[in-house]
Amino acid sequence: MAERQLLRGNEVIAEAAIRAGCQCYFAYPITPQAELLEHMARNMPRLGRTFIQAESEVAAINMVYGAASAGVRTMTSSSSPGISLKMEGISYIAGSNLPAVIVNVVRGGPGLGNIAPSQCDYFQATKGGGHGDYHMIVLAPSTVPEAAVLTTLAFDLADLYRTPVMILADGLLGQMLEPVELPDPIDPASLPRKPWATTGAVGRDPNIILSFDLGPENLKRMNETLQTKYREIRAREIRYEETDVADADLVIAAYGSTARIAKSAVRMARAEGLKVGLFRPITVWPFPYDALRAVADHVSTVLTVEMSAGQMWEDVRLAVAERAATPFYGEMGGVVPTPRNILDEVRKHAR
Amino acid sequence: MERSVIIAGFGGQGVLLAGKILAQAGMDHGLEVTWLPSYGPEMRGGTANCTVVLSDAPVGSPIVDEPDAVIVLNRPSLDKFEAAVAKGGTIIVNASLIDREVERKDVVAHYVPINDIALKLGDARVVNMVALGAYLRATNTVPLDAVKQAMARALEDSGKGKFVPMNDKALDGGYRAVS
Repeated sequence: MAERQLLRGNEVIAEAAIRAGCQCYFAYPITPQAELLEHMARNMPRLGRTFIQAESEVAAINMVYGAASAGVRTMTSSSSPGISLKMEGISYIAGSNLPAVIVNVVRGGPGLGNIAPSQCDYFQATKGGGHGDYHMIVLAPSTVPEAAVLTTLAFDLADLYRTPVMILADGLLGQMLEPVELPDPIDPASLPRKPWATTGAVGRDPNIILSFDLGPENLKRMNETLQTKYREIRAREIRYEETDVADADLVIAAYGSTARIAKSAVRMARAEGLKVGLFRPITVWPFPYDALRAVADHVSTVLTVEMSAGQMWEDVRLAVAERAATPFYGEMGGVVPTPRNILDEVRKHAR
Repeated sequence: MERSVIIAGFGGQGVLLAGKILAQAGMDHGLEVTWLPSYGPEMRGGTANCTVVLSDAPVGSPIVDEPDAVIVLNRPSLDKFEAAVAKGGTIIVNASLIDREVERKDVVAHYVPINDIALKLGDARVVNMVALGAYLRATNTVPLDAVKQAMARALEDSGKGKFVPMNDKALDGGYRAVS
């Protein structure tokens, strides 16, 4: 068993990326993800890998675009306003069928917002953000150990589907310390080859990577290829966790940091005799619609709790499809709900 | 069993490090732990605090409504956190700097002259370890020896090993100051 270490969420994502074989990391500093960049700055050069503090977020994501085209595992990280700047590049990466990992340690918005924890970038992460008919796989860790596991997974899924994958964290998860067993470093030789990569066309036909085709019929086919890929991802990669759902009458739907706070609220509610459970999407794209619908069939209420004005709530209502009541409780601007706040909301709706 | 503590004071009093050392000791002692800092501009000369949760089961929320204990190193921290402490909980008050008593009657307050103890030992910078020592005596959350080992490793890892004996004495000094 690996050694248990007490580490910060930001550091764990960085170290897990290194151990997953990230060869090139490009970013521009921003709170509350600074420790992620600092860990990469300390360790990537030491390992003979590439660390560049880019001149801007736009430059960083386009360096990721280039490194991904060359077939290496690559990552960038930022927080909300910086992620907005990366959206054009992410659209190009998706349109070019390239694997890359993007970390968003979300903070209060909109605009410059503040540096406190928030989940106000859910729409941007799951519904587009950049232009065009594309999606990222979006993984939402709830604990520091899970951030390590999902970082490893992010690189594997990115390569498997040749698609950008986002790790959607927040300032709370990024800043907190928790015991974690880091994954063993992978052997880079064990990774699948990337015959499509632009590695220098010596002795073979050139590989061309583009998100561009002037002919509508051709671009339609490129889009259909993307949509076929997204159907495969929806069929195979949905992940979620259910806690105390079997006998529940009210289920809280929450992801990320909010879900772990909600877990404490579930314990408190159970101690009062309230039949409460928790449904936690781990992939927020693809969203676990069918699984949540199955839950909604045997509960009276699905209470969505988020650090936003109600963004995942839209997906929850699509999933529940009026099989149960769907009240909402959210905090905005960097305010974090406490277990007691959530328990108060549960009491309003539980029988 | 789940125990939680908020450690609060001026930026520079070492409250974040005290919390990290407690969390590390808790983990080494076999517990599940979380450490959550206040972060941001408030840390520059203003007040800083961190929340540590120690549990024999996986920790849910790293944010607590009613901590079992608070350690307050300055007056603004007492004003801010006195009301939050759980009934029957513990408040470690830095009597060197705080000029009022705890108003609540349903908590246990320990008045420890933390700065005076640190100065008597010869180093004002060890107030955080004096405070942590007092907390350990008052609550028995984690054995003193586990905290001493975690402290020594934290300092040695950051190249400050020569300060271990002084911080060791500070933990003892705080521990002995609570009866």
